[in-house]
Amino acid sequence: MSMVRKLGFALGLPTLLIAIWWVTTLNSTSFFVPKPRPLVDTFIETWFSERFMTDVVPSVTRFAIGVAVAIVLGIGLGLCIGTITWLRKLIEPVLEFFRAIPPPVLVPVLMLVFGVTDTMKISVIISGSIWPVLLNTVEGVRSVDSVLSDTCRTYRIGGASRFRYLVLRSASPQIMAGIRQALSIGLILMVISEMFASSSGLGFTIVQFQRGFAVDEMWSGIVVLGLIGIILSILFQFTERRVLRWYYAQREVQRGR
Amino acid sequence: MTATALTPAARKGVFDGPLSGVLGILGFLATWEVVCRTGLIDDRYIPPASTVLVTAIEYFGNPVFWAALGRTLSGWALGLLIAAGAAITVGILIGSSDFLRKATHSTIEFLRPIPSVALIPLAVLVFGTSLNSTLLLVIYASFWQILIQVLYGVGDVDPVADDTARSYRLGLVARVRYLVWPTALPYVMTGLRLGAAVALILAITAELVIGGGGLGELISLAKSGGAIDKLYALILITGLVGVVVNLGMRAIERKTLHWHISVRGETAV
Repeated sequence: MSMVRKLGFALGLPTLLIAIWWVTTLNSTSFFVPKPRPLVDTFIETWFSERFMTDVVPSVTRFAIGVAVAIVLGIGLGLCIGTITWLRKLIEPVLEFFRAIPPPVLVPVLMLVFGVTDTMKISVIISGSIWPVLLNTVEGVRSVDSVLSDTCRTYRIGGASRFRYLVLRSASPQIMAGIRQALSIGLILMVISEMFASSSGLGFTIVQFQRGFAVDEMWSGIVVLGLIGIILSILFQFTERRVLRWYYAQREVQRGR
Repeated sequence: MTATALTPAARKGVFDGPLSGVLGILGFLATWEVVCRTGLIDDRYIPPASTVLVTAIEYFGNPVFWAALGRTLSGWALGLLIAAGAAITVGILIGSSDFLRKATHSTIEFLRPIPSVALIPLAVLVFGTSLNSTLLLVIYASFWQILIQVLYGVGDVDPVADDTARSYRLGLVARVRYLVWPTALPYVMTGLRLGAAVALILAITAELVIGGGGLGELISLAKSGGAIDKLYALILITGLVGVVVNLGMRAIERKTLHWHISVRGETAV
């Protein structure tokens, strides 16, 4: 497919949608529906100011710390639990229960324990996003190919190199799937934790705009959250394709057969 | 030495079967109880397991609780149903045409990662605390999960089977009915399972943040009233609701896909 056609397919529908939006709001006086031009102006005015440093940066930092801790803890604990069979069987139901708790429900409890601090917000993010990573790691470790595992044993590959070259490698597709879920849950919790009680951050600011009926500013905040989501998903896909290159290549070969 | 401990034969022991899971849960509750009773953790922060369990059981005799649960679950079910209907229709439509698939790809990839909680202020502004607020969030969150899976599923149709159906002059409706739908069904069920979990999170979040009845509002009431044991009991209950939803969706999946190789393989072993 030529470059032009590719570009046409990528931009065609979005352009059409924006055009429809522009035309239909041309003469509308609806309070809730923003118009494209003022929204762009408001967006630049609102977010390309010191607000970027006071609201966006702290939010994203908390998100990054929370998710990073959740991923490291999740993989570490997951490797332990996945390798020790009796331990896995013992605590898997308890873990499944914790996973099933809708994470925003934990916000009131963590607020009680930590008060309204950064620690609270970060632990909200950790407490929600650790489960998909943890349980997927356990599942990935469990489904290590038994032939490969036996081969490793035959060659006396044990200890750290067994983990590094066999267990982590074969669990990585599952772990990446878990991380993808953790990212989207983490983003949700970043917003929720700030909506509850905070004096800064994206979630807080957007609710503030909504309470003040600053509709255009509120929409521009929604756009910021959307953009963060999209950037995260692009970064993730890039990383995943690099980390799992061998996996996709292998699958392609299997399909070709 | 360690190698023998990992062989399959060594795995069979006391901790086999569902018994170990029950043991794990009991162990967890016992640890929780002991940690609180001995004062390792202040019971202003975490009340002992027994107190929380008793409070949770008391809730089951409370009509207010059942009304709240009913409201949460009806928002969840209605939202999931609408999202599933829309996602399956749109997915089959887009998935069956190469042109539509390419033309919508960028838009779908753009809209999908937008966190649904970003819509909370909008929901409050437009719908207030009515059920529609919950529905908006639930539908937005679960629609994309299901749509993506349907698109994968429709794309997975075997080209030979498709050509065969065409040579036998199966019409569009018949092709969707006998070829596309059965191929996509496992993916649809996966999408529904993922969507159901996300929908529950959003349903309770909406009630928690926006209000308007349901388990979420009970939780925020317990919190502002300082009723710690009620707070923990409700969290326990939402966890149980989550587990029941997950198990229920898995059961439905197994039932609808009883003919499919993935399920048949499971039972044959």
